[in-house]
Amino acid sequence: MAATMQPEAVRPSMNGESDFSRAKWAYLDSFLSRPGAYSDPEMFVPGEIPVKSISESAQILVIGAGGLGCEILKNLALSGFRNIHVIDMDTIDVSNLNRQFLFRAKDVGKPKASVAAEFVMKRVPGCNITPFVGKIQDKDEAYYKQFNLVICGLDSIEARRWINATLIDMVDDEDPDSLKPLIDGGTEGFKGQSRVILPTMTSCIECQLDMHAPRAAVPLCTLATIPRQPQHCIEWAHIIKWEEERKDIQLDTDEPEHITWLYQKALSRAEEFGIQGVTYSMTQGVVKNIIPAIASTNAIIAASCCNEAFKLISSSAPSLGMPGTNNYMQYTGDAGVYTFTFEHQKKDDCPVCGNLPKDLTVDPEQTLEELIESFAARPESQLKKPTLKTEGKSLYFPYPPSLEEQTRPNLKRKMKDLLSNGEQLAVSDPAYPISFRYNVSFS
Amino acid sequence: MAPKRTATPPPLHDLPTAKEKKYDRQLRLWGASGQQALEETHILLIDNGSGVTGTEALKNLVLPGIGQFSILDPAVVTEADLGVNFFLEDESLGKFRAEETVRLLVELNPDVKGTAVKEPLETFLAKDGVFTPYTLVLVAAPIEPTNLAQIQKHTAALNIPLFYLHSVGYYAHFSIQLPPAFPIVDTHPDATALDDLRVLKPWPELIKFSQEKTNGIQSMSAHEKGHIPYVCLLLHYVDKWMAENDGKLPEAYKDKTAVRNMIRAEGGDEENFEEAYGAVLKSLNPPKPSSSVREILTAPETQQLSPNAASFWFIARAVQEFYNKHGVLPLPGGLPDMKAHSNDYISLQKIYKEKARQDFAEVTSTVQQLEQTAGHSKPIIDPKEIENFCKGAAHIHLVRGRPLQIAQPGADVKFNDRAKALANELTNPEGLMGLYIAFLAFDDFVATHSPPTTQADGTSSLIAPGEPGADHEADAAKLTGIAHKIVDNLITEAGTRIEDPEYSELKEEIERLCTEITRAGGKELHNIASLAGGMIAQEIIKVLTAQYIPVHNCCLFDGIASRSSVLRI
Repeated sequence: MAATMQPEAVRPSMNGESDFSRAKWAYLDSFLSRPGAYSDPEMFVPGEIPVKSISESAQILVIGAGGLGCEILKNLALSGFRNIHVIDMDTIDVSNLNRQFLFRAKDVGKPKASVAAEFVMKRVPGCNITPFVGKIQDKDEAYYKQFNLVICGLDSIEARRWINATLIDMVDDEDPDSLKPLIDGGTEGFKGQSRVILPTMTSCIECQLDMHAPRAAVPLCTLATIPRQPQHCIEWAHIIKWEEERKDIQLDTDEPEHITWLYQKALSRAEEFGIQGVTYSMTQGVVKNIIPAIASTNAIIAASCCNEAFKLISSSAPSLGMPGTNNYMQYTGDAGVYTFTFEHQKKDDCPVCGNLPKDLTVDPEQTLEELIESFAARPESQLKKPTLKTEGKSLYFPYPPSLEEQTRPNLKRKMKDLLSNGEQLAVSDPAYPISFRYNVSFS
Repeated sequence: MAPKRTATPPPLHDLPTAKEKKYDRQLRLWGASGQQALEETHILLIDNGSGVTGTEALKNLVLPGIGQFSILDPAVVTEADLGVNFFLEDESLGKFRAEETVRLLVELNPDVKGTAVKEPLETFLAKDGVFTPYTLVLVAAPIEPTNLAQIQKHTAALNIPLFYLHSVGYYAHFSIQLPPAFPIVDTHPDATALDDLRVLKPWPELIKFSQEKTNGIQSMSAHEKGHIPYVCLLLHYVDKWMAENDGKLPEAYKDKTAVRNMIRAEGGDEENFEEAYGAVLKSLNPPKPSSSVREILTAPETQQLSPNAASFWFIARAVQEFYNKHGVLPLPGGLPDMKAHSNDYISLQKIYKEKARQDFAEVTSTVQQLEQTAGHSKPIIDPKEIENFCKGAAHIHLVRGRPLQIAQPGADVKFNDRAKALANELTNPEGLMGLYIAFLAFDDFVATHSPPTTQADGTSSLIAPGEPGADHEADAAKLTGIAHKIVDNLITEAGTRIEDPEYSELKEEIERLCTEITRAGGKELHNIASLAGGMIAQEIIKVLTAQYIPVHNCCLFDGIASRSSVLRI
């Protein structure tokens, strides 16, 4: 390789910013001006092109401005990205301050997205971050179309499924720009994962849903009659007692008075049964489904996501997620350090990115209601309020009320009276732009 | 229904304090004792390069509330620093980097104190007792090997854990030097690993309770039968099987399967019988300590208990005596949830707790005797510590710290007792031994290419391969040359051979790694610095709280392949 091929320092012209200096970016520019030992020479031309891809052309959307989001915004800004949007509907809580480092005690109660954006823009002048305080569902395809890449730092599976389905739906085979790589991170305690998805081309969030199986719920009869654990007493207060005594008040798990009420009810019940261990902290944990979270794990996962984004946009090294290569990194830090980096396979029968129906074995004696309940617990569907229909008829519609009323009698009917063996069943949920197709066979 | 209220709600003793609210999400991991340990620490970061990884690690430690930190860094902020370090701002330009970084880090948490040390490392090291105030030292490459050797010597003498890190381009490395004996009681094993039901080694109270619950099982109503706690079912069917098999314990796989089939045959698909069925294979094991626990119980520190040994060793010795006497470790006392009537479950839970309490009392009394023999005028070992030890006895862990390997210019790198294992690692496709060697070569390059003296302004000018503006191809070739030599020396030291094509492939891979390292010119990419800073902070938390299990002793991260590897050097 001839040393003359690469200019050592680049000074790309910045539109309308003649006084903009690249001196701050000396390390980055030098790095991107040299060939990489692993980069594809067809894809990566050292010098101005990757520098401009990062600093000028790339538009990045960050979903979530919490533990991962704060880190992601900082990392993108210091990777040289200058056009960033961030969406988050939440406001800052005091329990965020142990890791969400863009927030201070004085910010408690303010929206996360705007405080985070403002902080990073002040610290890294020249970086533009546009905050949106709201839900991802408030935005349409036209909005998502403007980005080159989406990075998610979310704690909700629902939001992940929604953006995944939306980005997949947007892919137009005729228009390569319609393909928006999706990078997703998640953490729990000392563990986490990051993954890269090329919508329609590689395994998607929905293909990987069974990696995050829902926790088994405690049977209602245990809560009602034979509690044994402190958690059972808390769930009893949460699910049964609140409905009985405070039906008219909407439970707000961030309201200390509500948690205290549940805690007291749980404590009385525990005392009645001789159960030990109900605490305020446990009550809060059970009711809010709190997942332990620390700064260091967020740092690892957010940086991994941003490292993949940087590689993808700059082509300076191969990134995760290319078809036929690894697309998923699991990080486990509680006993030593262990990473498992692998290729999660795309599923042909994925309800979002696949084209084949799944097989579903159904007990013909089962009622439709029982079948519907099972969709909430099935790892691959996790649908709470599904709509069910066959090619010919509507079996059950939870919305709108008129249709619900019309289809409600079906809930008590047996499957053998509603379907024939081998018939196709479509299951969807208004929460997601997804429809599952099943080939039903009777057991 | 009209709302009814309890006349007097129970008093609330444990409403969270402001601190508990702020630290809620981490207290759920390491608890109040871990938090207290963190708050009692003072971490020293020694920085020479651009220093982002160390700063990011500190960010992740200031947030959860370590006590104090200090940054030793004599450098002045340059414009290039602003493009890579988040804890500097435009106004920091021209000021001391340590001071500016400390100022912006302490903003994150008013409970944490930070100090900037601006003197050159050489003058800092020339003073006596400089490391005494610190609980842990973190050193970022590049650094003069002689300085690193001094730091190593001082921290080892004081038993202070030492971390040494590299973060260059897409790659990062850190090594941990722990004291020669670093015991951990609270390793946080998986919840499922904690169950210890003693089905094959029951005690009288448990046997009595089980017999009561299973007496007349054949004639019980379905409701009663369906609520027998599965532990009692296991004990009942093990008994039954033993009666049919001359009193032999069902330890072999086929015996366990026979017990399992018996349960299935008699209980059908009742939930508690299902639970019993599912628990047979893992519960019908004699409670034998794992090899790592046996290693602790037979360690020289346990066998020849020294009068001034740490409390861990007194308890380990007492547990060893308990094990010798009873053939089992103290009972942890937990009981998993299971289908049962509330009162039966609570009674059973009490039986396990009571047995655990008895075992703990026996161990405590042995500890006190040992203390007396050791000449303690009164018992000083905290009963809480003994209790934790007893509860976690099956999962205690000991790390035998090893000295940090330092590449000294002009001397061959020696791998000693690890040479054979590490030479094998060279051809492990999942491993990153080649990257470790590339970083050793990096240190050698810095040592041989940097001017020997400190600059007039107090900053050292260490030269990394491929500094921005340098001839990076020439440097890459030099770095590769050094790395190839280390590889060959390792193979020779191990007394092994690597044949072609593996050998040529290995050398080519080392060349690519060295080229990629040189590309970065010793500088950090923010993402990798942040990622490595997160990994290092996790490890520091584990070491400071003595909870979970830290890396032993070297960890590498490859940001191109997105994977890590742990080596024992």
